[in-house]
Amino acid sequence: MAIIETKDLSFVYGVGTPFEMKAVNNVNIKIEEGEFLGIIGHTGSGKSTLIQMLNGLIRPSSGQVLLSGEDIWKNPKEIRKVRFKVGMVFQYPEYQLFEETVIKDVCFGPKNMGLSDAEALEKAKEALRFTGLKESLWEKSPFELSGGEKRRAAIAGVIAMDPDVLILDEPAAGLDPMGRDDLLEQILRYHKVRKNTILLVSHSMEDIGKVADRVLVMNKGNATYLENTKDVFAKGKELREMGLKIPQITHIMQKLKLMGLDVDEGTLKVEDALTQLIPILKTYSKKGGTD
Amino acid sequence: MSFIEVRDLVFVYNPDTEDSSEALHGVNMNIEKGEFVALLGHNGCGKSTLAKIFNGMYTPTKGSVTVDGIPTDSEEHQIEIRRRVGLVQQNPDNQLVAGVVEEDVAFGPENLGVEPEEIRRRVDNALKAVGMYEYREHAPHKLSGGQKQRIAIAGIIAMETGCIVLDEPTAMLDPRGREEVMSTIKRLNKEQGITIILITHYMDEAVQADRVIVMDDGNILTEGNPREVFADVELLKKHRLDVPQATELAYKLKKEGIDLGDVPMNTAECISLIEKLISAK
Repeated sequence: MAIIETKDLSFVYGVGTPFEMKAVNNVNIKIEEGEFLGIIGHTGSGKSTLIQMLNGLIRPSSGQVLLSGEDIWKNPKEIRKVRFKVGMVFQYPEYQLFEETVIKDVCFGPKNMGLSDAEALEKAKEALRFTGLKESLWEKSPFELSGGEKRRAAIAGVIAMDPDVLILDEPAAGLDPMGRDDLLEQILRYHKVRKNTILLVSHSMEDIGKVADRVLVMNKGNATYLENTKDVFAKGKELREMGLKIPQITHIMQKLKLMGLDVDEGTLKVEDALTQLIPILKTYSKKGGTD
Repeated sequence: MSFIEVRDLVFVYNPDTEDSSEALHGVNMNIEKGEFVALLGHNGCGKSTLAKIFNGMYTPTKGSVTVDGIPTDSEEHQIEIRRRVGLVQQNPDNQLVAGVVEEDVAFGPENLGVEPEEIRRRVDNALKAVGMYEYREHAPHKLSGGQKQRIAIAGIIAMETGCIVLDEPTAMLDPRGREEVMSTIKRLNKEQGITIILITHYMDEAVQADRVIVMDDGNILTEGNPREVFADVELLKKHRLDVPQATELAYKLKKEGIDLGDVPMNTAECISLIEKLISAK
């Protein structure tokens, strides 16, 4: 069953002014419970507006967002509850850390939901473990942490609310390559244990290729594609026209396929490319050696 | 003499306090005029500190840094240093100050006391150089991320600094924005001879430089042309870095006994190496 469904969802900025602009245009999508969905689109494609509507931060101009089948704006006074169920990690979330200690900061969300101090602490610890932040740092001031550690603390603050849907907007931006990989792996592990729905917005096609089950492509306010990751990245030409790209490794495999090699043009990871290429290329290297 | 000379550079944050921490432990390097250098390293390795020393925002704790022969160690040289080295930072929204694109680009030269007609000429040239001349009367906050970064770069070009240091200029940009900024940087370097120092976490950008310098914990770990540096995949991975997927594929094939004969830096090179292997049978 779809955990989130949108029906003719639209958002218009600056209604009635000369700057009126339709940021999201009649979007009808179904996000399945427990899936890991990647969201890509160039700056201004409408993806930020869309995700903010999914967790009730902004109200649609028209259309509906259904969470487990119910319109989230049915009772506007209850919209806060939606934000607990659909957690959002914004870009550069470390700028939102404010408490004296990391653990207090992470407790803030669950306490806000009405949990007791003890329950909140339990949730906070669990969340910090999920993000891989060392226990020795939990009692420190968030401002003493490194950039990557702060990022983890901030993400833990949202995970601690135990959302059924977790939306992450460029969680790895500005981290070094290893930091990126580590963080993505932690998120993937959390997803596998918690079995909740993850929406990951990223400009890195390589990252999306590594983790997403399906990909939503936003372009000019439209939900242009929502398909399996392999199938989306098979559309190299269309994505380029939208200012997007495909992972390097997918690009290489598509070209090799065109050259007549028997490889999968939807290959998303270097490891998968190797498994396919080693047996094929070995025959060529050997032949070269015997000449 | 090199354009930038760094000798035994030590930099300490908050010296003589409890929080003091040494970010650079005796770094030596030269940057030549007209060079395109990529500076890599994990978060906290000292590369952004170095960038701020290059443009006189920080002064060395020990050792020396000279720009065009001028030492950066005294406050009175700061203006002279900033006339020579401009800095573009990560977040385009923090760098734009005016409500109209051309006014934003004029801000730097105005501060340097350049004559109005000369400012007009420089602003027009700078906007043409980054391909944003048609947007000169637009509002910067309505532009895309890539366009904003190109305006920030134009602001530096209008100061005619001759050297631009870019600290992760594409970290917040989408793929097209990244390409716009990279092609602008390369064009300025090749056509106008502007010295470029690019700090980045994107390996596919670093491979486009003439020379790569890898920093690690306040020291230089290794340097060389991209092909040399990226050939040592293990070393880079050990120090929290990575290589482009095309390079990684070739490296791992070689480990399995399939030698493509060279280290590819991008997808096109990788494909043509595999094509060569296949057609050589």
